Amino acid sequence: MARTLINLPKTAKPGDVIAIKTLISHPMETGFRPGADGRILPRNIVTEFVCRFEDAEIFRAELFPASAANPYLTFTWVATRSGRFSFTWRGDAGFEQTESAAITVA
Amino acid sequence: MSTPRTARIRGIDRRRVLAGTAGTVLAVALRPAAAASLPRTETTDSAIRRFAGDSPIRPGRVRLDLPPLVENGNTVPLAVSVESPMTPEDHVRRIGVFNEKNPQPNVVTVHLRPGAGRAQVATRIRLADTQRITAIAEMSDGTYWSASADAIVTLAACLEG
Repeated sequence: MARTLINLPKTAKPGDVIAIKTLISHPMETGFRPGADGRILPRNIVTEFVCRFEDAEIFRAELFPASAANPYLTFTWVATRSGRFSFTWRGDAGFEQTESAAITVA
Repeated sequence: MSTPRTARIRGIDRRRVLAGTAGTVLAVALRPAAAASLPRTETTDSAIRRFAGDSPIRPGRVRLDLPPLVENGNTVPLAVSVESPMTPEDHVRRIGVFNEKNPQPNVVTVHLRPGAGRAQVATRIRLADTQRITAIAEMSDGTYWSASADAIVTLAACLEG
């Protein structure tokens, strides 16, 4: 399991625009870089990130080798009701990880 | 490189020619050596056409924030925001970011929903060379808007550790 950092407010007022910041520790090996033995290391990147709120997709990103290691993404969402966000990263070599975070809107 | 240049400016005095050649040599020397020979899998134009189809892309409405001078190309903060009310009728559908000189032209593509409130995203990218970055936003009415920013990179990403 890769380490993730997810930052969003625990509580919000209805109508607030909240910032969601996410980071996952991942080497994002580009597939263009030679290793210690001089051979090109195989590509190993996170290719897709999806954020859902209560099963509805709210944000999606397609990532390429030009993303820095430990891909970091921030985006916004309007808080309308309490619920749970889920964050899924998918990538090369069957990489998949899902995390979640809850928000209380009142 | 210096032959056509010398030919073009024949007739100008010798000092100007020498100064020009020296400038070219200096520019080549300052460039990260490895990045110059990177194989390109696709041109930036064709990647942009794959994103936007045949629609016209107009400059404006997009703001791209990138440091103008980058010390380390391995991690460069990048922020894109688009002027949009983000309502169901008028919102940003996608934002694509493209580079000129990395091995692949795509940097990141994000898909937004009207409920996002603001069309504002940030990430960190790699830059293999001094180059221009372009962000293109697709609106819900099918129009495309763009912004570009230049970054000078002193330590290239991708090839070196």
